[in-house]
Amino acid sequence: MMNGYSYGMEICMTNCPTLIVTVGLPARGKTYISKKLTRYLNWIGVPTKEFNVGQYRRECVKIYKSFEFFRPDNEEGLKIRKQCASAALNDVRQYLTEEGGQVAVFDATNTTRERRETINRFAEQNGFKVFFVESVCEDPDVIAENIVQVKLGSPDYTHCNTEQAVEDFMKRIKCYENSYQPLDEVLDRELSFIKIIDVGRRYLVNQVQDHIQSRIVYYLMNIHITPRSIYLCRHGESELNVRGRIGGDSGLTARGKEFARCLGQFMHKQGISDLKVWTSQMKRTIQTAEALGVPYEQWKALNEIDAGVCEELMYEEIQQRYPLEFALRDQDKYRYRYPKGESYEDLVQRLEPVIMELERQENVLVICHQAVMRCLLAYFLDKTAEELPYLKCPLHSVLKLTPVAYGCKVERISLKVEAVNTHRERPENVNVHRTAEDALQTVPAHL
Amino acid sequence: FFSSSFVLIVQYPDSSRPQFTNSPTMIVMVGLPARGKTYISKKLTRYLNWIGVPTQVFNLGQYRREAVKSYKNYEFFRPDNEEAMNIRRACALNALKDIANYFAKEQGQVAVFDATNTTRERRGVIISFAKEKGYKVFFIESICDDPEIIEANIMEVKVSSPDYENCDKEEALEDFLKRIECYKTTYVSLDDESDRHLSYIKIFNVGSRYLVNRVQDHIQSRIVYYLMNIHVTPRSIYLSRHGESELNLLGRIGGDSGLSSQGKKYASTLSEFIRDQAIKDLKVWTSHMKRTIQTAEALGVAYEQWKALNEIDAGVCEEMTYEEIQENYPEEFAMRDQDKYRYRYPKGESYEDLVHRLEPVIMELERQENVLVICHQAVMRCLLAYFLDKSADELPYLKCPLHTVLRLTPVAYGCKIEPFYLNIKAVNTHREKPVNVDVTRMPEEALRTVPEHF
Repeated sequence: MMNGYSYGMEICMTNCPTLIVTVGLPARGKTYISKKLTRYLNWIGVPTKEFNVGQYRRECVKIYKSFEFFRPDNEEGLKIRKQCASAALNDVRQYLTEEGGQVAVFDATNTTRERRETINRFAEQNGFKVFFVESVCEDPDVIAENIVQVKLGSPDYTHCNTEQAVEDFMKRIKCYENSYQPLDEVLDRELSFIKIIDVGRRYLVNQVQDHIQSRIVYYLMNIHITPRSIYLCRHGESELNVRGRIGGDSGLTARGKEFARCLGQFMHKQGISDLKVWTSQMKRTIQTAEALGVPYEQWKALNEIDAGVCEELMYEEIQQRYPLEFALRDQDKYRYRYPKGESYEDLVQRLEPVIMELERQENVLVICHQAVMRCLLAYFLDKTAEELPYLKCPLHSVLKLTPVAYGCKVERISLKVEAVNTHRERPENVNVHRTAEDALQTVPAHL
Repeated sequence: FFSSSFVLIVQYPDSSRPQFTNSPTMIVMVGLPARGKTYISKKLTRYLNWIGVPTQVFNLGQYRREAVKSYKNYEFFRPDNEEAMNIRRACALNALKDIANYFAKEQGQVAVFDATNTTRERRGVIISFAKEKGYKVFFIESICDDPEIIEANIMEVKVSSPDYENCDKEEALEDFLKRIECYKTTYVSLDDESDRHLSYIKIFNVGSRYLVNRVQDHIQSRIVYYLMNIHVTPRSIYLSRHGESELNLLGRIGGDSGLSSQGKKYASTLSEFIRDQAIKDLKVWTSHMKRTIQTAEALGVAYEQWKALNEIDAGVCEEMTYEEIQENYPEEFAMRDQDKYRYRYPKGESYEDLVHRLEPVIMELERQENVLVICHQAVMRCLLAYFLDKSADELPYLKCPLHTVLRLTPVAYGCKIEPFYLNIKAVNTHREKPVNVDVTRMPEEALRTVPEHF
């Protein structure tokens, strides 16, 4: 009997791991794509790791002098770079065959057909599927912006001023241009790849082999780099919150309503054009959105985690009626599923379309729930399954996430309206034989 | 009414009608005859309707057949046939008029304009029309130069067309190939440079390669994803429910019970049936519930569990008999009968919710080849409705009896369906819509159509 995987991703768990290979001149967004894709795949439960050849090179050549290292006639440079690529591929092999990895992202320029052939042979020898992701861009503004955002801060340029760094980097790009052989519709028709042109205006997709490649293509076709912010917050404090009860579908308390008003004022002051507002289909998020006085969209997928038989119980009652379940949950909060309810793992699966749509959108305010917000936050901040269920998402505070460089800037704004604390830390004793006292040690205060 | 089964619904405070996007979308097919345009049009339309986006196909060939009652031969399509050109142009304008009507008066959201649209001029007319009306346009071009595929297409769907009623296959094939030649001289494919501002997908050789340009919004992104997942490799999909369960015997809905003795017999008979079918590389899928897993276990092959295939959650009515539901929740019971598709059990789900959670299953079924899906009554109804293009009103009443396997095989523009009753007795779990669905009805009227049980 095959292991009980819940989502379509696991269907694609063929016997072969997948090697994603980036292709493109420097400053075309390869590392941006690698990191983002890796983050997404890990979040949906596909063990993925990126291998950036630039980092291997920095290990090898402690001090970067100038673009001359990358000149195509610099034999010593070439030798070192080839060694670095091999070392990286070696680590890829180890990750995919011995460390339980499912996808490896090989992040390098890989601009020559010869280099790509080497990688293909390597993959074939090891039984890996290969999928190329090429980024082609000739817009000088985009390239300049890339350089400013991520290259100037690179360890290679710590000792240069901005002008020097930009000048050197442009010369570096030139070193690659002459030997660049883009993936070709005809010559490379047997390869599986996506060619991303001008940051997603256009895509060429060739020979998608399986489910995971299809998902990767879908994801890549939905992301963009237009500046924007995502605001995450929970509903205002609810009636069940103050009574220390989980789940349910109660309305806001007076303080919760006050938060909703303050949220309205705050968002108005942010002065965002075209802000989209999303809620779940539960009263407390809808009531919160209503106070904003703007149109909002309801998603069933944003509903709070279903606590099954524990719906509307206090932690004290859960300990009393289901002490074993309570302990099992503390042992593995991410995978634990409430009887007749859901797990965080289930939640991630049902939130995937929300994430996909968040990627497509620009400025969005998501008014949701504690467990849901933890899942969304874990996606944006690349948190592990272990960390996710314990992320702090207090009531009455807004998180503003702004993509910057390779990650996300987070600003936490507390709207100064009092609310109960609903965050229960993992207790020290998670053993099924623990005392009630040990179990309830970390339960926050309530009425 | 626009259902919320799709990704999101927009609730404007004053509007009773949720909207998906602000503007309707015209999908415009492009390509020589026999390139799969109608196949794609119909399949895409079926998918969009299933996920709750009101969509309709406008096939120009049908308009032409209305205008020119009997088709003589390919000469009608010669580019120098002025009279025919006038007729064809008039047909196109009529179709566009009907599209405008579909959007304005019939609450359509997407219209698929299924025609060759092979000249820049014709596409220009469509683009102007759409711009004037405020419609978004997305082109789907199918390019294929493999003569085997083209001939197979012609044999599968063209020779049986009304155009060729009085011809034999060879004559039809010959005429159709000449028809294609008529278009070739004026065919201008969507161009990377001159059409760079248009939104489109080019499909090469039935999906080995795609070129996607300027996807504007969510629905176009979903359409692209769908098109990139479908294939035409022959295969069959087998749908079956779990074997009869203990709760089935007691007339109770939902729950997570095991198989009854009859159910176990079904499981082993199913195993023999599958073996006799001698299916290449069969994948077997179940839900996370005992009864489907136990059924699959009897097959003795690897199977995959999908939470998304779990039966509809009946919330507060889980494990009740219909009699108990009538007793405890008579009003809910009546409201369900009034709108079984959209009705959501308190703390449970609706069929509409079910369709939404089954969408990834459908997408993966499209990618796969031979699959046996062992699932549940409501789930099977939703999947069946997708394959057989059933409406939201028909869906909740589709007959999916226990111990019957349905084999679905794509053929021409649709799906051939063959039921196999494996001759193991089981209770009937199908409750027809009663005559009286009013909340004031008597219990007897509510329970009239409840099937027998212990």
